[in-house]
Amino acid sequence: MSATGWDETGPIIETSGLTRTFTVRDGARRRRLTAVDGLTVTIEPGEAVGYIGANGAGKSTTIKMLTGILVPTRGTVTTCGLRPVKDRRRLARQVGVVFGQRSQLWWDLPVRESFRILAAIHDLPAATERERTGELVEHLEMADFLATPVRQLSLGQRMRAEIAAALLHAPRLVILDEPTIGLDVLSKQRLREFLVARRRTHGTTLLLTTHDMGDVERLCDRILVIDRGRLAYDGDLAGLGRTTGAQRVLVVDLAAPAPDLTGIPAARHLGSEAHGLRQRLAFDPDRTTAAQVFAAVAARVEVRDFTVAEPDIEDVVRRLYARQASGSPQNAGDDAATMTTVTNTQR
Amino acid sequence: MDDAGLAGAGPGQVRTLPPRAGELRRRSRGARLRPYRAVLASRARSQATYRANFALDLASSLLTAIAELAEIWVLFRSVTGIGGLDFRQILLVFGLADLTFSLADLMFGHCDRLPTYLRAGTLDVFYLRPQPLLAQLITSDIALRRLARASVGLAALVAGLVVNDVAWGAASMALLALALASGVATFAALFVTAAGLQFFVVDGRELTNSFVYGGRYAATQPASVWPHSLVVVFGYVFPMAFTGFLPSLRLLGLPSTGWLPSWLGWCGPLAAVWAWTAALLCWRWGMRHYRGGGG
Amino acid sequence: MRATVRVYWRLLHAGFRRQSTYRLAALGGLVANTTFGLLKMAVLFATVRAAGGELAGYDLARMSTYVWLSQGLLGSLNLDGHSEMADRIRDGQVAVDFLRPLDVQAASITTEVGRALFSLLPRGIPAVALGLVVGMALPESPTAYALFALSLLLGIVLSMATAYLVGISGFWLVETRGVQVCYMVLSGFLAGLFVPVRLFPAWLGSVAQATPFPAMMTYPVDILAGRVGPSGALESIAVQLAWLAGVVALGQALTRAGRHRLEVQGG
Repeated sequence: MSATGWDETGPIIETSGLTRTFTVRDGARRRRLTAVDGLTVTIEPGEAVGYIGANGAGKSTTIKMLTGILVPTRGTVTTCGLRPVKDRRRLARQVGVVFGQRSQLWWDLPVRESFRILAAIHDLPAATERERTGELVEHLEMADFLATPVRQLSLGQRMRAEIAAALLHAPRLVILDEPTIGLDVLSKQRLREFLVARRRTHGTTLLLTTHDMGDVERLCDRILVIDRGRLAYDGDLAGLGRTTGAQRVLVVDLAAPAPDLTGIPAARHLGSEAHGLRQRLAFDPDRTTAAQVFAAVAARVEVRDFTVAEPDIEDVVRRLYARQASGSPQNAGDDAATMTTVTNTQR
Repeated sequence: MDDAGLAGAGPGQVRTLPPRAGELRRRSRGARLRPYRAVLASRARSQATYRANFALDLASSLLTAIAELAEIWVLFRSVTGIGGLDFRQILLVFGLADLTFSLADLMFGHCDRLPTYLRAGTLDVFYLRPQPLLAQLITSDIALRRLARASVGLAALVAGLVVNDVAWGAASMALLALALASGVATFAALFVTAAGLQFFVVDGRELTNSFVYGGRYAATQPASVWPHSLVVVFGYVFPMAFTGFLPSLRLLGLPSTGWLPSWLGWCGPLAAVWAWTAALLCWRWGMRHYRGGGG
Repeated sequence: MRATVRVYWRLLHAGFRRQSTYRLAALGGLVANTTFGLLKMAVLFATVRAAGGELAGYDLARMSTYVWLSQGLLGSLNLDGHSEMADRIRDGQVAVDFLRPLDVQAASITTEVGRALFSLLPRGIPAVALGLVVGMALPESPTAYALFALSLLLGIVLSMATAYLVGISGFWLVETRGVQVCYMVLSGFLAGLFVPVRLFPAWLGSVAQATPFPAMMTYPVDILAGRVGPSGALESIAVQLAWLAGVVALGQALTRAGRHRLEVQGG
């Protein structure tokens, strides 16, 4: 323990064989349900980690074990160098959590009042409270609705208030559980920008569970995929694309409408827009390069502009699930279910 | 800004945040109570702002208490005495029991609505705050409307003290004070027990009602009419007789009855300690069950 | 005609079936019932004994009947003023009800009565069983039982119909809580939930008789306890019918007025 009162050198989250099972009463029988199975993960301070998985894959259970709400059945977990269950109260001072579907604010009170109470809860001196509240209000643009009761806020406004509430005590680790769910595109954008900036200026570690691949793309440098309680992937986004063999996409804007560019070697025509003015071609990065495909296209038609898009994330994740499930024919049904789940994600 | 000195650090570099003043300084009593005061103050304020509703709540609370008193009055006026007590004497019992119950209800009454908190996920939010969970639950609300109910209890208590031949002195004052304090504590423990049990029993509200509101009902009765089974349950297991009946026996100089000797009127604090031990145990078991394992 | 009857029968059945899901709560209810029943019994028996063995027509056995039957009826009588109608008015769903080819008042009351009848099983039967164990007065003639059953049914329907009036005030009042709490306090007290109405002093008794509440609980109890003979029972039933007619008529008028208000306001 350093003089500052907490361990600043170790990982911010460290789990080893973390397991959680539930007994579920199914009519007259009892079943053991394994929500999280042998999760071993280390997260260093300052990282931004996306934690993705289908509904019921074990994300919320993991979060609950990280914050001390649930006791693990097996394995160990250390958050900010503390044991979540035993040192819950100390841990609470270092972690901020934002629940997308649950509120930490007082429903019938004005937003400002909630902040005052939280400042009291975290025992912030008056000057610090003023400073931090002012900063958060400014950066999250909350000045208009500070006096509005929380229950009258729109979802976007409420999420901003929730994030401010979670950051008021300047935690080292911020866990966000589906923070952008239900938000419109603009709100999502602003929220993401705020979190990126926050990380840059404060070095806050972010752990984000989400169904929204846009969040993952823009916020996270590392991705953990959990599938039926087990860790299916731990690495960066590009690696995920490579692992699942997903393809990159070349998007070309042509000078004049042209028929579909089929027959380009090692490339597959995905679609055309505006009568062929914009066309999309997918290619496997292992088999050819963007330059080669572009050269082949340019030889045929006049190209005015082009971009190369990374693999479609939903496609990637779906493939990962499919890959995990392949080899066990009876999982075909699960596959369809997870695929439907993934396709339902919002961008 | 606290971390202004580290503005030069680039992205991805680990920044060590200097300690904030709050971390290092020894938390004074005032600082420890600050979060609770903040929540309670805001709840009280928010209740007072919805004036029409609040007035309505006060009125209904008042009406309920009056109806309960009226029921006792109807019974006692049809005969000369019940269980060796007449109406004037039962007024004292009612006053003590109902006043202490109302005050406990004011502060702890929301606790037995734990399932609502569980459903709304509020309890999970409590886990993320640096205060003990039970303390957060208890201070999460205050029911000011119960003040109206308490006023009826208080009126009955005062009336009971006035119309009866109470031997005033240091001893009786002490007894009264003890009875009031331990009465509130005992009833408060019931609410907490109800909360703890409701972790286990789904839809357990009716079950807990049987000792919380059944207890209140029992506390305003002349316990001398109870058969032995009721004396065990509401005399000792849920020590309701200690909140009103036994102190009244002592104050009024009435004889002991059945298994309830009158000197127990002084043992209110013992009853409160017992009730709170049981309450904290239930709470602990409940929490353990919720978290799924040893704490 | 037969179709309408079938519909109402189905509603009754649905209300009946919905209650069966609350089984564990029913167990808790049993414990609560027993607790309150024993406490009431203790104090009321002492009262009867203090009065020399009989008070206002109740001896110990009849008092026992009163205690256990009143506990058993708790789930079946609406003594808290809540009704689905109030909720449906508040969230606007009542507009849908008006579009259906059913009389809104009749449908609402029928469903609630169905629920109430179901509650007789987990609540009523154990309470009565306990009473039998402890010992309570029961009539000897089968006619008395028949009259009791009729009176009980009328009492239940009357309580639902009266609670309906509370719910329907939601067409005019934004917040029905005030009316509902008033109803809760008064109904319990005046129906004789904790103290038999017959024990009230004369003036209070008259006040009670001016309301439909005693007709919900006290009349059936008195018939079963044998406190009133067959002629008294018929008289009680007549009074119950009179109250029912009045309350239902008022409910009809108010429903129509409420519907009109809804249409005018645009729901």
